[in-house]
Amino acid sequence: MRITDHPILGPAEAGREITIFYNGAPVPAVEGEPIAAALMNAGVRSFRRTAKRDEPRGIFCAIGRCTDCMMIVNGKPNVRTCITGAADGMRVETQYGYGGRKEQA
Amino acid sequence: MKKLRTEVAVVGGGPAGLSAAAEAARAGAKVLLIDENKRLGGQLVKQIHKFFGSEAHHAGVRGYQIARRLLRDVEDAGVTVASNALAYGLFPEKELGVVWDGKHCQVSAERIVLAAGAKENYLAFPGSTLPGVMGAGAAQTMANINRVLPGRRIVMLGSGNVGLIVSYQLMQAGADVVAVVEGADHIGGYGVHAAKLRRAGVPFYLSHTVKRASGDGALARVEIVQVGKNWQSIPGTELTLEADTLCLAAGLNPMTELAWMAGCAFLYLPAFGGHVPAHDAKMETTVPGVYVAGDITGVEEASTAMEEGRMAGLSAAESLGYGAGAALDAERAAIQRRLDDLRAGERGAIRRESKARQTAAAADQRQGGGAT
Amino acid sequence: MTGIAYTGVPSAEELRACPGIPTPERRKKGRVAVIECVQEIPCNPCAAACPFHAISIPGEITALPRLDGELCTGCGRCVALCPGLAITLVDETYGEEEGAVDFPYEFLPLPAEGDTVDAVGRDGRTLCAARVVSVRRPEANDGTRVIRIAVPKRFLDDVKSIRRLARKEEEDAWTTK
Repeated sequence: MRITDHPILGPAEAGREITIFYNGAPVPAVEGEPIAAALMNAGVRSFRRTAKRDEPRGIFCAIGRCTDCMMIVNGKPNVRTCITGAADGMRVETQYGYGGRKEQA
Repeated sequence: MKKLRTEVAVVGGGPAGLSAAAEAARAGAKVLLIDENKRLGGQLVKQIHKFFGSEAHHAGVRGYQIARRLLRDVEDAGVTVASNALAYGLFPEKELGVVWDGKHCQVSAERIVLAAGAKENYLAFPGSTLPGVMGAGAAQTMANINRVLPGRRIVMLGSGNVGLIVSYQLMQAGADVVAVVEGADHIGGYGVHAAKLRRAGVPFYLSHTVKRASGDGALARVEIVQVGKNWQSIPGTELTLEADTLCLAAGLNPMTELAWMAGCAFLYLPAFGGHVPAHDAKMETTVPGVYVAGDITGVEEASTAMEEGRMAGLSAAESLGYGAGAALDAERAAIQRRLDDLRAGERGAIRRESKARQTAAAADQRQGGGAT
Repeated sequence: MTGIAYTGVPSAEELRACPGIPTPERRKKGRVAVIECVQEIPCNPCAAACPFHAISIPGEITALPRLDGELCTGCGRCVALCPGLAITLVDETYGEEEGAVDFPYEFLPLPAEGDTVDAVGRDGRTLCAARVVSVRRPEANDGTRVIRIAVPKRFLDDVKSIRRLARKEEEDAWTTK
């Protein structure tokens, strides 16, 4: 859910509205915002699955430190989505294990 | 590989680093400020509450606005800024390895100020890795910077100032805080912050901890349990709270990697969050020419970080021959007074004592013939 | 255990010992600040904010703020400036049956003038219904609103805020994927 108005910070700055693709499905985003923010707004909570136990991981630190938000972005694995800006048409996929897709896990 | 030379290199662009860089440059030194983020300001940029302290500490001003002021100071003072630049190593002869905009470069400096800050502590319990369990700082970043609500029903674990402030800010952003859970028998942070939450209807569970977090693929429930004197759970006191987000506010620990690499002498001070580098009143470590400021010296408040940053910046510049005499001494005395203010009173006692041990350790090391 | 460090609510003893509370005599004369700052923390913007020098922090910065009721005009400059939101104004002379309370408020949505809202005490419990007299947002407050409500006089000592108003139901679903 976006925080459109805020008692202290006021209305959110209007950015350019774009579309990114989450596992193929279109998700609205604001250009330049962290990919993770757009996904969180869309209700996505699991960002990657672990190698050994296939457990879900979601946003944990949101400042590029913990690696729980790593996904495959435009084909490139291990992208920290909490500090990588969204761009129009970006393809974002759930990452399995150390950087693969589901079929590779 | 690109090679850069500077008189003073400051690592970290939070409240301490910005203050250090501005002071050193104002004194006349050539300063390079290195920060791994694209945007400077450190964690100040997500602090939307008014700060405590005195006017000299920007009291009554919101954190993100203090960041703006500091950024202006840095710009006005003529500091060279390297953002999106990660300092990964500090090698002999004060050489920093830096990855700047994805490219490797080497920075050699005559003086180095380490102001890398601190990171959040992690807590492990069954379900602690479920999506929806996150650092309090992460929730704060999402709400105040990215303007996306991390969840609607929040449980906060930890009642220090971070836990209290972030709880309040998540409510300001539109979420409900269903509980603040604290293992100790008293609230860790300032009473006024707790009072804001109580007035807004938030229940506190003291002497409680999280037993497990659960949910199908993401957090849905948080089970808490009362703890006894020795922190053991008391069976039969479990309580299940429905929540989509569990924030962990279990303290911070200093990011001291570069100070270890530099060979600084360390000591263990629990009140400051762990092992911290010994330093003197001028913020110089036991490695000559390497200074520290802010949370890397021990976790305190941003107000303290700014004062320590000023002290480190002035001292580093002085050692290069910029600024001297009575005016500088007076300025440093004023900074020291303000630092003492921030550690005054009953609540400051443990930090006062820890800081005294930290400076004494630096003096011991020097008498004993240098670094470890 | 009682007290702000255990409950988040200042206890009766803490309030009795608090030097920021005006005397009953002063309160009878009209609007005045009530500073419920009961814990020694390093903070002093209230003292600097008061144009009438009615608030002082004697000695160390951690000392509790002291209110001189005779100098306080009830102007409210301190209310929004206190980082701890610990200051309210009370006006016993507001009406025959009603007194008025001014308090800082930092949530959305805001009530409107004339609305009836729930007045709450220090522990967040509803004490009585209140009428919203005004909602102000001076530039100097930097986002913090100051709301004035009218409540029956017998609740004046304990009313500290209002119940947070419900947000309009958002249309987007909060789903798990």
